Amino acid sequence: MKKKETVLVAIILLLVLIGTIVLDAALPSYHIAIKVVKKATVYSLVAVSMNLLNGFTGLFSLGQAGFMLLGAYSYAVLCIPVAKRAGVYQQYNGGIVQFSLPEIFSNLFGQTVGTTVGMLLALLFGGLLAAVFAYLIGLPVLRLKSDYLAIATLGFAEILRAFFQWRALGPITNGSNLLKNYPDFSHATSYIILGGLLIAVIVLLVHSTYGRAFIAIRDDEIAAEAMGINLAHHKRLAFVISSFFAGVGGGMLAMYMGAVQALSFKSAMTYEILLIVVIGGIGSITGSILTSFLYIASVEWLLRGLDSGKFLGISAPAIFKNGFRMAVVSVIIMVVVLFFRKGIMGDRELPDLIRRRAKRGGGAS
Amino acid sequence: MSENLLKAENLTMQFGGVVAVDNLSLEVNVGEIVALIGPNGAGKTTAFNAITGVYEPTNGRVTFDGQVIVCNHPQGRMKRSYKGECAETYVHERVLNPTPDQITKRGMARTFQNIRLWKSQTVFDNVLIAKHMLSTSNVLTATFRLNRREEEKQRSEVLDLLKLVGLDDVRDELATNLPYGRQRRLEIARALATNPKLLLLDEPAAGMNPQETLELAEFIRSIRSELGLTVFMIEHHMDMVMRISDRIYVLDFGKLIAQGIPSEIQANPRVIDAYLGVSDDA
Repeated sequence: MKKKETVLVAIILLLVLIGTIVLDAALPSYHIAIKVVKKATVYSLVAVSMNLLNGFTGLFSLGQAGFMLLGAYSYAVLCIPVAKRAGVYQQYNGGIVQFSLPEIFSNLFGQTVGTTVGMLLALLFGGLLAAVFAYLIGLPVLRLKSDYLAIATLGFAEILRAFFQWRALGPITNGSNLLKNYPDFSHATSYIILGGLLIAVIVLLVHSTYGRAFIAIRDDEIAAEAMGINLAHHKRLAFVISSFFAGVGGGMLAMYMGAVQALSFKSAMTYEILLIVVIGGIGSITGSILTSFLYIASVEWLLRGLDSGKFLGISAPAIFKNGFRMAVVSVIIMVVVLFFRKGIMGDRELPDLIRRRAKRGGGAS
Repeated sequence: MSENLLKAENLTMQFGGVVAVDNLSLEVNVGEIVALIGPNGAGKTTAFNAITGVYEPTNGRVTFDGQVIVCNHPQGRMKRSYKGECAETYVHERVLNPTPDQITKRGMARTFQNIRLWKSQTVFDNVLIAKHMLSTSNVLTATFRLNRREEEKQRSEVLDLLKLVGLDDVRDELATNLPYGRQRRLEIARALATNPKLLLLDEPAAGMNPQETLELAEFIRSIRSELGLTVFMIEHHMDMVMRISDRIYVLDFGKLIAQGIPSEIQANPRVIDAYLGVSDDA
């Protein structure tokens, strides 16, 4: 039984991969479907990282946008080609960072491989920077519980956003101006593979002895402590790991967006991700991923018509005006929450669904 | 036989102006089953919590397995408002206020008065999580499964433990789906998974019927002999206490009012007065 499940999950993942490759081959890279897949993959990663903290460790943190900001800026700053820096950092004489990781590595390993290595290293750096910040913030903040922790982390993210727009940091962050002209993965497949691998690491972590300790802390902190689990250490660990993946996710978001500005990493972004986590099911990785794709696809693509006058063949310019889309999305979300009290997936995962199907089939035969 | 495993000296726990545990001194020797009894609100659980690190005692010292694990004396504002005795005894000793996990790592595991299992987890995982404390892997080796051998060893140990306590038939059930008595048993199994020397049970028979209580008494006795454990418990079921305890301490209003073997306690007029009462047909 167990083996069958693994095979089925592998087949599903393989189908997703093949689907993306086909999509990449069939559609031009500016097509909305490709964009949806890219953005949804990034959101999946960030939502899963948030789920690790909020869903599996039971720490209600709202600092995700802040850690994504760190990752996004790291990626952008490290990847803008040297030749283009003068144009980007117009007000700061080309900035003080005068190297570009993709360029350095393409000198070493050749154009294609080198650029990719450089980009990946920049993402990794963004993740590590977010992790370091998380460690430092975590020292005082993780003593707080539930709502108070949420407010403290939210405050941290807001401070960080303001800090990055500070003129004195301009030579690095370009102040409140855009960072752009850095390289991107043009294929959605690259996003799917990278995001998939990172999520796989989180899945492995959740099912390891440390993941079980996190769940124990979520279920009953007092019992966890009495069973020898060091609360401070494990909470910090979860916080740092979650922030690492949020940082990498932020870097990927920067890639997808093509231009970075601190202004876009508002708390609204954290809420969007929180929404995905809650609707997907707190404590379900599959739920977070599914909901990311559903949410991004509806908001960015399928419901677009609600804003532009024509939807599902109905033309009603008087009603389908700008902003109507988000009103509909809000109603859908409320309905979903009413009918799925524990989110779409509850705390179940993909193998659980297969198992239930299999059991039902077994009972019938 | 009478080697000290746990020793509490002048343990005092004061909350604001209320002295919940007052100058309690007790000893638990290796291999014994010792009971702490007393009326509701006498401070039994508070004493447990002060020993296991949940509370920092206001004053006093706890020695476990030959080492001082907890030591404190009235400090700061408590210095003036302290109502207990022996305020000066530990002033010159190093203050030690470990967290509960540090105490559990030393070999003292406990259960709770109101069951505290990890509700979303299966019976098997509840016990397996308690093994986490003994893992030597770090987060990277654990994530990338480089600790496979240790993990497999822990899993087989958990299976053995579940067989020992008679829960292996329900190992894949959610912990909350078990009947009450078996949840209690699971909590004990979970504590045993940390390989303790001393097992602290906080009212293990609470809410059990006489039959279940009897089974539990036998169970505690059997794990003591099979695992070479020492047991220190709080309990209200007098028939069980009298049946399995080697020695008994009696607490009333935070103060120790009696100690001794079961027959002495049963005959002690102060204990009868404060707690046991006189049966109708006596």
